[in-house]
Amino acid sequence: MLDKNVTLSLRGCVQGALMCLPVLPGVIALAAVFGTVAAQKGLTFLETVLMNSLVFAGASQFVAMEVYGDPLTLGTLIAMVGVTAAVNLRMLLIGASLRPWLGQVPGYQTYPALFFLTDLNWLLAMGQYQKGSRDWGIYLGSGLIFWSVWSLSVIPGYFAGSLISDPKTFGLDVILPAFFAAMLVPLWKGKRQTVSWLIAGAVAAVTWFLVGGYWSIFTGAIAGAFAGAYLDD
Amino acid sequence: MTEGAFSVDGVFFLAVICMTAVTYSLRAGGYWVMGRLPITEKMRRGLEALPGAIIVSTILPIVMQGGLAVGLCLIVAAAAQFLLKKEYIAVFCAAGAAAALRAAGV
Repeated sequence: MLDKNVTLSLRGCVQGALMCLPVLPGVIALAAVFGTVAAQKGLTFLETVLMNSLVFAGASQFVAMEVYGDPLTLGTLIAMVGVTAAVNLRMLLIGASLRPWLGQVPGYQTYPALFFLTDLNWLLAMGQYQKGSRDWGIYLGSGLIFWSVWSLSVIPGYFAGSLISDPKTFGLDVILPAFFAAMLVPLWKGKRQTVSWLIAGAVAAVTWFLVGGYWSIFTGAIAGAFAGAYLDD
Repeated sequence: MTEGAFSVDGVFFLAVICMTAVTYSLRAGGYWVMGRLPITEKMRRGLEALPGAIIVSTILPIVMQGGLAVGLCLIVAAAAQFLLKKEYIAVFCAAGAAAALRAAGV
């Protein structure tokens, strides 16, 4: 059940990079805010840049900084790694969903490319995949551009305190969820989607009420996937 | 240890390496596991349903936390996407709606 005719082209990479443009203000604002938080918490410049570019997973970085304390003990270290894993658990599912597309691509290409896996470039790429594209340059190009912009945007945030005093005033905080909502529209095909999304939403909402945090993404997504697998059209 | 901009605390560095390793193993792990399992028709349909399920599960708690203004903005984004089929317009409309709603005090 693996796709044939999977390609990787420069044109695909450029297309993927260009498709990122509408979300970049949201990405820049978020990375800048992370730089500000890191500076306030007393991280050095190099520590901030290392964490931001290597971990490269927005929400988990913020949660880890909540746990962080100076001086850093082994217990705090384990807690930081633990919350990072919890927040990023959804990456397992996201990565799994790329298998049918990238399964034929040699591992020496896919495994380095998976470092650049984020919700955003995965969503962009899956949107094009649904439309019939099999050029995984869309995934790679968008991932590279997100990583570059994310890595650079933390710098002004670190030094300038908060450049944008309150991202909410300009509506910057809704850019990423709005992008998610927009990407949902073309995914709707009929009853199967309606039911699986309702189940995903219900399970996510209950999880959020009971446990809070980011577990709801994981439980809701699994419930929705099971519903999608077992429902008939 | 000096407090210079380019100094790095040893324990902090270890924390960053561990966080990077755990995040990468999650990024690559799901993909890797699916390579060991036969992708059946059921599984393919499940994977196909994942993007929508993940989006719904991600934005619902954001709406529940963000309240009416955020909920309205996401409806604006979805409506703009439905009508115009351009992500950048949808995102722009939602950000504009958010700025307007907050200026109006919603």
